[in-house]
Amino acid sequence: MTVSGMVHKYGDNVDTDVIIPARYLNESSPAHLAAHCMEDIDAAFASNVKQGDIIAAGANFGCGSSREHAPLAIKAAGVSCVIADSFARIFYRNAINIALPILECPEAARGISAGDEVSVDFDSGIITNITKNEQYTAQPFPAFIQDIINRGGLMA
Amino acid sequence: MGMTMTQKILADHAGLESVTEGQLINAKLDLMLSNDITAPVAIRELEKAGVTSVFDANRVVFVNDHFVPNKDIKAAQQAKTVRDFANKHNVEAFYDTGTMGIEHCLLPEQGLAVPGDCIIGADSHTCTYGALGAFATGVGSTDLAFGIATGMAWFKVPSAIKINLTGELTGYASGKDLILHLIGMIGVDGARYKSLEFAGDNLSSLSMDDRLTIANMAIEAGAKNGIFPVDSVTRNYCEGRIKRPMQVFEADSDAVYEQTYTIDLGSLRPTVAFPHLPENTRTIDEIPAGSVEIQQSVIGSCTNGRLSDLRIAAQLMKGKKVAKNVRCIVFPGTQQIYLDALREGLIEIFIEAGAAVSTPTCGPCLGGHMGILAEGERAVSTTNRNFVGRMGHKDSEVYLASPAVAAASAVAGYIANPEEIGGEK
Repeated sequence: MTVSGMVHKYGDNVDTDVIIPARYLNESSPAHLAAHCMEDIDAAFASNVKQGDIIAAGANFGCGSSREHAPLAIKAAGVSCVIADSFARIFYRNAINIALPILECPEAARGISAGDEVSVDFDSGIITNITKNEQYTAQPFPAFIQDIINRGGLMA
Repeated sequence: MGMTMTQKILADHAGLESVTEGQLINAKLDLMLSNDITAPVAIRELEKAGVTSVFDANRVVFVNDHFVPNKDIKAAQQAKTVRDFANKHNVEAFYDTGTMGIEHCLLPEQGLAVPGDCIIGADSHTCTYGALGAFATGVGSTDLAFGIATGMAWFKVPSAIKINLTGELTGYASGKDLILHLIGMIGVDGARYKSLEFAGDNLSSLSMDDRLTIANMAIEAGAKNGIFPVDSVTRNYCEGRIKRPMQVFEADSDAVYEQTYTIDLGSLRPTVAFPHLPENTRTIDEIPAGSVEIQQSVIGSCTNGRLSDLRIAAQLMKGKKVAKNVRCIVFPGTQQIYLDALREGLIEIFIEAGAAVSTPTCGPCLGGHMGILAEGERAVSTTNRNFVGRMGHKDSEVYLASPAVAAASAVAGYIANPEEIGGEK
């Protein structure tokens, strides 16, 4: 599977409170979560994001609360993949469980800038930065995790 | 190769002789917890997947604690979803307004979390039960749903960091100061994916309340879990309380640790984490008196809402008044703690000092309700996170501290050394 899109870039320790603030957790419909995704660190994200866009970020992406609403919000906003230097462990599991593709790749996290056009091949783990004409290689998912994502999630 | 305490518990629950770091295992779960925010998403997943029965209702716990008493219509709907599901599936361990508490104060208190257990909870602070010598970790709603349906979860066996504790706490230093100090030392991802294994020859000086506070914030260092050995303090706490027999696991003498840190408890000072990460710590001696004015002081939560927390806060606030322009909100962790605090006269002290005493709720900690911050406001709080917008407006600030510092600060009107208000302890 390959996806491509424009990158929204963030720093280290993007926590689940800024991905979807708790004040919006009184309901869990995807549209509601998407409308407030990233609101506290990037107020324009929800209106700027387009289907297929990619998020790139630094270390420990998704730290904090276990709220699955965080990857749900990102996925519902149309994001096709999150690339980070590293992920917090609960977010990592949650993203796989709801079939939001994520890749750990420090090299890509450093090399990619906001606005770059990037494509990702999940089978090979190759990330291509079309804007900068660069390639980075991430460890592809093992088969059982690919399978969960292709199925549409753990419970699908 | 020897196993850590965490690895021993995971091996046992996976029905294996031994496990090693990085191994993927399928483990039997003793307890599965969720709340009014995370359970509705899990219930939706179960319904979507056509699951009509619960694997074992006796191992399932639901606590309506985050947005209760219901803060608005949508929150009321979520609480009702949980209530209806619990009733339909005969889940006895369902706690609602009137019987509930903040989940991580409630489960140990009610004897539902037991030493040796393998526990998942759809709440990141599920790691609290490591204080009892259980493996407990936070998961999302889908993992929880899978657990409710099958009684199992998959785990990657974590490597470990050992925290060797020596000496004894002195003065106003507490378990909160230890865990803030540790997070300041190793960073918010310093234990990412790993277990934090606490050890030491003199652990009996650390009360169960302190251990619960310490294990509670293991997640704030990115850890999968935090865990304490089972000793006399654990046994005394569990006696007459736990609902199932305990199982005691000990780390092998040749267990492998990626790193070992030694912390002298006697050297710890009251510690404050500045915005916007729990790793931004300073000791109280590094914060000039009056330099950080506050508008709110929050005392409570799954981190510090236990009786000993309320006692030290009351001791400092007795006969004093909350400073002008400061709102002090005290929220006991459970109904039982509330009642005990009432009978001890602590609630009277808080009210006479001009503090508001709330029913147990997670509300203010996560910016839900019952104590939201306006733009530019600052709070000192005994809670666990100080991320951007955590307690309200994105331009508000949260300073994490112990109950002693929060109480002293409420009286002073700025982040204050408890010694300034209560004298040397």
